[in-house]
Amino acid sequence: MLRVEGLEVFYGDVQALDGVSLDVEEGAIVAIVGANGAGKTTLIRAIAGMNRRARGQILFRGLDICGWPSHRVCDLGIGQVAEGRQVFPTLSVGENLDMGAMLPRARTVRAKNRDRAFAMFPVLAERIRQPAGTLSGGEQQMLAIARCLMGAPQLIMFDEPSLGLAPAVVHNVLDIIGDLNRDGITCLLVEQNVALSLKLASRAYVLENGRVTLSGSGAELLADDRVRSAYLGL
Amino acid sequence: MKDLWSAIPRRGRVILLVAITLLLAAPMVLDRYLISIFVLIFYFAYVGQAWNLMMGFAGQLSLGHALYAGLGGYVAALLWFYFGIGPWLGVFAGVAVAATFGAVIGWLGFRFGIEGVYFALLTIAFAEFTRIAFDNMAFTGGAGGLFLLYDAQRSHEWWNLRGGPLLFYYLGLALAAAAAILTARLARSRIGFQWLAVREDQQAALALGINVFRVKMIAVLISSGMTAIGGVLIAFYYNNLFPAQAFDIGRSIEIILAPVIGGLGTIFGPIVGAFILTPLGEGLIALTVSLGVNVPGAKAVFYGLTLMAIITLRPDGVWPWLKRLLGLTETES
Repeated sequence: MLRVEGLEVFYGDVQALDGVSLDVEEGAIVAIVGANGAGKTTLIRAIAGMNRRARGQILFRGLDICGWPSHRVCDLGIGQVAEGRQVFPTLSVGENLDMGAMLPRARTVRAKNRDRAFAMFPVLAERIRQPAGTLSGGEQQMLAIARCLMGAPQLIMFDEPSLGLAPAVVHNVLDIIGDLNRDGITCLLVEQNVALSLKLASRAYVLENGRVTLSGSGAELLADDRVRSAYLGL
Repeated sequence: MKDLWSAIPRRGRVILLVAITLLLAAPMVLDRYLISIFVLIFYFAYVGQAWNLMMGFAGQLSLGHALYAGLGGYVAALLWFYFGIGPWLGVFAGVAVAATFGAVIGWLGFRFGIEGVYFALLTIAFAEFTRIAFDNMAFTGGAGGLFLLYDAQRSHEWWNLRGGPLLFYYLGLALAAAAAILTARLARSRIGFQWLAVREDQQAALALGINVFRVKMIAVLISSGMTAIGGVLIAFYYNNLFPAQAFDIGRSIEIILAPVIGGLGTIFGPIVGAFILTPLGEGLIALTVSLGVNVPGAKAVFYGLTLMAIITLRPDGVWPWLKRLLGLTETES
């Protein structure tokens, strides 16, 4: 579904991504793990069309979208739940959801997607008029995910969805990602919680200093000694 | 229209109708001087609304809006001066020129990621170099100014904006009202919604697939075009134009004061702000004149103090506070 080939991104003289290649199959959960500064967020932003410096190939269903602006990428069905949730704090929950449905592809199915989001996150329906800034961290993350769903994506890229959440809520959020995947949405997951994300993922890549140094199924990487010592502290 | 009207609470409708009726009838009792002050109030309410569209709704700070007003005024005045083309046509040319400048500034700023204060500096730079250019162009009258001669035979040609303060009173009122309605409509539209997203969090807007560049460009184009119309009005009202006034940063600041004091991102903020600020400023001038003292810059100092007071006491502006005071708990969009 998504295939990245030799992706390079420079920030001035600093190379953030150095020939990254990866493959996301339709219906899969693919995890990307790596230390801070490895280039995970840069990778997601490059795929999303939010980094104009990206060079290389980003093929989505065979179409090279490298260099496309973000609104066109989104309209293909590539959604993202950005790091730090990025809900609009002064807007109500309902308005936040509507913001997710601005894409041409999503306009006609807005009511349906809204119902689906509320069925999935009943707490959002209860708080529809409440400013998003007054929600708890976990609720804001649910809102961010629901807002992304309003854009009718086929692929969702999650950037650190568990960041800053209470441990119990982390499991909750990762369960949601599993549920979405069972509903047929392909997921690309960047997550600091390596153990949990590798358990969830069918395939995973280890990113170090802008390069893919290791890849394999989630179970393989969980059993890999290098991963265990570097990321799991075992 | 209907949905806008129904969004206003009952008490608000009554107040609004009374205010409009009073303003329509007021010239019957006002003298020439007071009418001239109302013209300024309407003018600043109007251009404040245009500026507010860009800053209050789309979150793009412009400190060079005098540029658009000046260009609108100059273009229409030049067409009238040289070719006898009336302002009703000239206004289209003025809007086109101002919007073109807006497009260039917007493109430069938004394409190359010049944000916030740096974008504001860009708007100042354009206003400044346009001022210098107009200072040195002979056909615009240069620094000596451009004068639209008073011609008694044509003084009744209201369709050419030749007329007394009364004409400009009603025209200003109509413009201020139209701008408020337009802004209210836009704020509830799709584009208004997208402006909100850009204003609140541009990165999030990008991530949601909102075409941020286009959305911001539309704000600049509408705002600059609207401001140019105000410039035409004021040019034909005063019948003179000087680059040092028309494009001055001081004028740009004057334009933004009403919405800042009234309340950014609100429909009635610029109107309330203009009604507070303009009479106070003009009253101050009248006071200094009657005292026989000439204090250059007194108005600027006074505006500065007012701004400081408002920002300290009512950081959201006067209108949100006034709205609560009047018990108008309108459902904000």
